[in-house]
Amino acid sequence: MDKANETYVLKMDNIAKEYYGNRVLKGVNLSIRPGEIHALMGENGAGKSTLMNILFGMPVIHSTGGFEGTVEINGKEVQIDTPLKAMEMGIGMVHQEFMLIPGFTVTENIKVGREISTPNLASRIFGSSMETLDFKTMRQDAKKALDTIGLQIEEYVKVAGLPVGYMQFIEIARELDKTGIQLLVFDEPTAVLTESEANRLLEAMRVISSKGIAIIFITHRLDEVMAVADSMTILRDGEFVARKEIKDTSAVEIAELMIGRKVEKLVDDSIPDTRKIDDEIIAVSLRNYKVEMPGEQVKGIDLDIRKGEIFGIGGLAGQGKLGIPNGIMGLYKAFGQVRINGQLLNLNKLGDALDHKVAFVSEDRRGVGLLLDESIEQNIIFSAMQTNGRFLKKIAWMNLYDGAAAKSHAEDMVKTLDIRCTGIRQAAGALSGGNQQKVCLARALTLEPDVLFVSEPTRGIDIGAKKLVLEYLTKLNREQGMTVIIVSSELMELRSVSDRIAIISDGKLACILKPDDSDADFGLAMSGAWKGGKNHA
Amino acid sequence: MRNPLKPLVEKFGLPRVIIVTFFLFLVAAAGGFHMNLMQLLSDCLRRWGMFGILALAMVPAVQCGIGLNFGISMGIVGGLLGGLIVVQFRVAEIPVLVNIHPMFAMWVAVLTAIAIGVVLATGIGYLYGLLLNRVKGSEMTVTTYVGFSIIAFMNMLWMLLPFTDGELIWPNAGKGLRNTISLAASFSNVMNNTLAFKIGSLTIPTGLLLFFFFMCFLVWLFMRSKTGMAMSAAGANPMFATAAGINVNKMRLIGTVLSTVLAAVGILVYAQGYGFMQLYNGPMMMGFTSVAAVLIGGASPKKARIAHVLVGTFLFQGILALGLPVANQFIPESNLSEVARLIISNGIIIYALSQVKGGSGRE
Repeated sequence: MDKANETYVLKMDNIAKEYYGNRVLKGVNLSIRPGEIHALMGENGAGKSTLMNILFGMPVIHSTGGFEGTVEINGKEVQIDTPLKAMEMGIGMVHQEFMLIPGFTVTENIKVGREISTPNLASRIFGSSMETLDFKTMRQDAKKALDTIGLQIEEYVKVAGLPVGYMQFIEIARELDKTGIQLLVFDEPTAVLTESEANRLLEAMRVISSKGIAIIFITHRLDEVMAVADSMTILRDGEFVARKEIKDTSAVEIAELMIGRKVEKLVDDSIPDTRKIDDEIIAVSLRNYKVEMPGEQVKGIDLDIRKGEIFGIGGLAGQGKLGIPNGIMGLYKAFGQVRINGQLLNLNKLGDALDHKVAFVSEDRRGVGLLLDESIEQNIIFSAMQTNGRFLKKIAWMNLYDGAAAKSHAEDMVKTLDIRCTGIRQAAGALSGGNQQKVCLARALTLEPDVLFVSEPTRGIDIGAKKLVLEYLTKLNREQGMTVIIVSSELMELRSVSDRIAIISDGKLACILKPDDSDADFGLAMSGAWKGGKNHA
Repeated sequence: MRNPLKPLVEKFGLPRVIIVTFFLFLVAAAGGFHMNLMQLLSDCLRRWGMFGILALAMVPAVQCGIGLNFGISMGIVGGLLGGLIVVQFRVAEIPVLVNIHPMFAMWVAVLTAIAIGVVLATGIGYLYGLLLNRVKGSEMTVTTYVGFSIIAFMNMLWMLLPFTDGELIWPNAGKGLRNTISLAASFSNVMNNTLAFKIGSLTIPTGLLLFFFFMCFLVWLFMRSKTGMAMSAAGANPMFATAAGINVNKMRLIGTVLSTVLAAVGILVYAQGYGFMQLYNGPMMMGFTSVAAVLIGGASPKKARIAHVLVGTFLFQGILALGLPVANQFIPESNLSEVARLIISNGIIIYALSQVKGGSGRE
């Protein structure tokens, strides 16, 4: 085929987007031929969702100042400024969360908003909203759409109670039923499906594309991309990395492209490393550990973290890495065996982890980490006061708050961690993200823990604060021998400070890697290629 | 140019600026009509002490996370029962006590009533708290209706309870308790009169105010204790509290019990200052006036401090105390003041609720 004359059903050129001065897309290209399955890959935060929001003309894009670049459909430049316009141009979306009405039948769900109706007496008087629904034709249409993707289901059953996989198919059928559909976006469609359901979905995608409908397939799973996609685009940190034909590439190459080696170094090596880490002395041991945290399910993990090491836990969002510390701290229901320094933790007893000298800095700073309306002082001393009874003085029979002790401690902490504030009486909610994180860290340290869990320590904070936080964690580890466990989505950060890194995929341990293992290994582990297998350590 | 008043208004809050202005306007108007201002101000002080503890009952409720407790009538009925028992057994007339000093007997009576009220309110509050832990997210609606329901339920009980004293039951050996029970023979005005003194015609009800401040001090102490601080954290951010190993439900229970107990104490302090105990539908709207008072003082459904109680009760009751006579001067023979009271108390509740952000817990 002559490359120059190749027509694209969709061509997005040099797309750039800024949210409040933060550039999230930096000149991204996306071009899709008719009837091809095109995979869109990238880590969390690479800019995939923003790109799709632009394609669909979502209000969030236009209310924040629009975007730069051009969008062409079938070779013609178009302005898509509302989701309705995108729909008219034949662009459809299969959502990650199903947008179905449980009490409606399959037919009704497929046809809602686009009902077929026939005029009757009432409608002649009161207008077209009173027309009779033509259920027969609607059923036929629904049946046809369902047959296309090979779903054997009676079109008159109610959606409520159907298996998740079926709902996904009904969503797809609804999009297919729209006339003139030429591009369908699948946003991580297999994330909620079982393996066999996922296989059927991939099969259905092939059928759809063979009918000339192009598909944008957003996924983290490399094996699926290799199985169905014709071509792919990789984004990283809002930048366009590469567009590849699948037949010209390999899983290893894709993994490398996704991770990419970054040059910046986050922690300098000025702190002498005199640690002796003994493989036999285990600080945290997990056996068949499960956590019911919505969106971050942990489905059975065995893991040993040695005393005195910096241990990284990585993986993509939603794979369960965040569930690990949250379960131990008792924020979500957890099962299995957890030992801290050899002692068994009672997972049903609130605060038991705190009593075993485990501290936690939550990933959800504003939701879990802070009392936003309270002062910095209160935030710093609170846990230690409740757990260890510090900052209290006894007057008669009462344990009262010791303002003087709390004040001097909080002031120390503000100085040590360089928390920028107007004073320790300032409300924590008024601080910047980086300073809030330091307050959270200060609270955890006030507990004088043996084991410190830090979840997403650098999410949403600027590079300067990032460096300081990571350096401080390293210092704590080197100088006080504290076992530090960092849970983070940012692989680069984990690789710059950790001794070992566990990659969690689909709620299970994919493997334990060393920071200097190859990008390909990390990419493959995160993309689920080694589901619950391959131990590297 | 910057308005120099702006930061001040922001700090103090626009509603309070308006209410204070209105209060000062009433004082000026009362002066303008040549009314006895000192007597009116005495009335303000008296009402401040009388209603203060009922408003104080909002503090633990808001701080523990159940929000504004419209259902303080749960505690009020406990307090009323305590008062009824004391009247039934004529504690204030026990000769041994009266011989020491009549005032002493009255203090014993009111404190006994409070003690019985506290015990009853603790039990009621505990059950009430269990209920509120099951309706998280819609506590304010539930407290309102539970508050109304207990009144309706007690309306039946007031008829059936086996009280026999002539002061209590309908005259001529009728059945059931009276609507309004005089406390003249038991503990009427005991706090108001203790250590009271006059400056010109301004009466300072020292005993009443001291008791009110003492209760405020106790609550303040509790709020600075380990449990109190844990309770505030549980109310402000349940996830944060859980992460610190605090049992959020238990803290809510403590807050609810405390609020109910304060309501029981509050109604007795109110009753002794008023001279009567009102049964049946009397305490029905007490929840609303107390809520309005703390809200005027600057509290929100998420945060209430002792200062809000002190400022709010004074302003709210002050406006009521001054409003009635002043309004009568404007339009004689009207019930304008009652209308103004309803507009102020309900208006301020609506204003405060409109400031609440929906949902709770994680944002």
